[in-house]
Amino acid sequence: MHGRENSLRENVWLACRLCYRQRMRQFLDFEKSVAELENKIDELRRMSGPDGINIAEEITRLSEKADRQLRAAYAKLTPGQKVQVARHAQRPHTVDYISTLITEFSPLAGDRLFGEDKAIIGGIGRFRNQPVVVIGTERGAEIETRLKHNFGMARPEGYRKAQRLMKLAGRFGLPVLTFIDTSGAWPGIDAEARGQAEAIARSIETCLTVPVPVIATVIGEGGSGGAVALGAGDRVMMLEHAIYSVISPEACASILWRDPKQAATAADALRLTAQDLLQLRLIDRIIPEPLGGAQREPQVAIRAVGDAIAAELPALLAKDPALLKAQRREKFLAMGREAVA
Amino acid sequence: MSWLTEYVRPKIRGLLKREVPDNLWTNCESCEQMILTKDLHKALNVCPHCGHHMRASVAERLEWTFDNGEYTRIELPKVPVDPLSFRDRKRYTDRLKDERAKSHLDESMVVAHGLIGGQNAVVAVMAFEFIAGTMGAALGEAFLAAARLAILQQSPLIVFTASGGARMQEGMISLMQMPRTTVAVEMLKEAGLPYLVVLTNPTTGGVSASFAMLGDVQIAEPNALIGFAGQRVIEDTVREKLPEGFQRAEYLLDHGMLDMVVKRADLRTVLAQLIGQLNFRHIARPAA
Repeated sequence: MHGRENSLRENVWLACRLCYRQRMRQFLDFEKSVAELENKIDELRRMSGPDGINIAEEITRLSEKADRQLRAAYAKLTPGQKVQVARHAQRPHTVDYISTLITEFSPLAGDRLFGEDKAIIGGIGRFRNQPVVVIGTERGAEIETRLKHNFGMARPEGYRKAQRLMKLAGRFGLPVLTFIDTSGAWPGIDAEARGQAEAIARSIETCLTVPVPVIATVIGEGGSGGAVALGAGDRVMMLEHAIYSVISPEACASILWRDPKQAATAADALRLTAQDLLQLRLIDRIIPEPLGGAQREPQVAIRAVGDAIAAELPALLAKDPALLKAQRREKFLAMGREAVA
Repeated sequence: MSWLTEYVRPKIRGLLKREVPDNLWTNCESCEQMILTKDLHKALNVCPHCGHHMRASVAERLEWTFDNGEYTRIELPKVPVDPLSFRDRKRYTDRLKDERAKSHLDESMVVAHGLIGGQNAVVAVMAFEFIAGTMGAALGEAFLAAARLAILQQSPLIVFTASGGARMQEGMISLMQMPRTTVAVEMLKEAGLPYLVVLTNPTTGGVSASFAMLGDVQIAEPNALIGFAGQRVIEDTVREKLPEGFQRAEYLLDHGMLDMVVKRADLRTVLAQLIGQLNFRHIARPAA
């Protein structure tokens, strides 16, 4: 039995790696018809020889059809589908945002107290020439990197590193850019022993008190306390299909509905989409994603995030630090105080 | 505009209520020995046989904390009810109604002020009996009101925490109470006022990861469960047996996350001493 399980696991591993290496597109269940069309297109492409005029026409026709279907599907994604898109393995991750948007990047490591947690990465660099401090949760893309980054679930030392970096930014007057993509803080014995709750609380406190602009962007999944630890910024932005929630819909369903299969219902009820949260005035901006989600054209999504940051940053940099902090406070103080549509 | 200009003086209600126990005997949850309910109350709900600290109601907590059990409760600002129109197996509005009827409380936090050791203090008590002491917008508002009152009176704020975490039925609004309550703690810090946290059983999730861990002095009651993640979630994740005493007050003390574990009988004295010392600058003793 064990041998079979092991070989199964190896096969899955191999498939994952192959998939990643070849950048094979991974489809979600509601994209089935698009997947079929694209497979057909690929087949036609492989078949097409020098006399392929008819085939070219067919390919164009099928591509347009696939586009239309994709557009239709993505125009009315349910919250449950958005959860799937937000967690899509091929969405660009924090490392991709850093490598594309940040130049002269120097990664910084360690909390100077206990260790180095690679679930939260960060460093100093330039964003469109402006020196910045970047901090983000990193999930990893393939098995090795996922393990290395602990699937983006940070331990106290990760949050304490984030605090150290934010304070460093504050001392040198550098704005802080955070990228949030995590299912939540690591629920482990070691994390609790080293004060996970305190580390998150202190991280929120640091976000709120640094005398420099903090722009937080939810690029995939914003999971609960582990996300808000990097999310109490002057501006909180979300990618169009990102989600941000107090609890995962699965956990919420098993607690409130006593049935984890009700996750889609819970996702509906929790109002966790970027569109809902903008309406509730809990976030400031939605960043549009390319057709079919950030996972289809990562570079387009990354550029859009860069443009959104560039649109917010100058006004924040121009503010007096005391005013900046006061307005940041006011913004969070207002949350939940008044009824919104 | 500062928060001060917006501040509305809370109406003073001065509610003093005593609950009469209808059961003559109570069984200790820990050692299962029978205790005369009257004796148990006299012992601050601590088992005289094994020292187990049983849960305290909000009214009991306030009575035990203030001098002569005298205090003034403040009326708390109202917040929009059920902002998400949330419905699980039950409507959130119905759940709130039921909980209010059952607990005789409006929400999961009560705020009062009075004297502790002859010194002014504001005390915020979380009610675990109200939807597991979960944090929603009302709790955030209550905690803010407590901090503002403390600043107005130049007195310390003491909070007794007991919570299962965020109020899921308020979705992201509940998560945003983490930064919101943290702002309240910052306001106290800037005003140079002591903020003391007494962690009681249990304090977990979003509450533990915000205002409950940001005290100038962190105190816990014996054996209180304190942590971020729930024990079942941890067990399911790491597939290991949890160590003995894991996430209990003494464990946190050993791991450097608390200043002290204080028996309920000694709490009032410890609090009175600490606020007398920390709030030395601001103390204006009321005329005796």
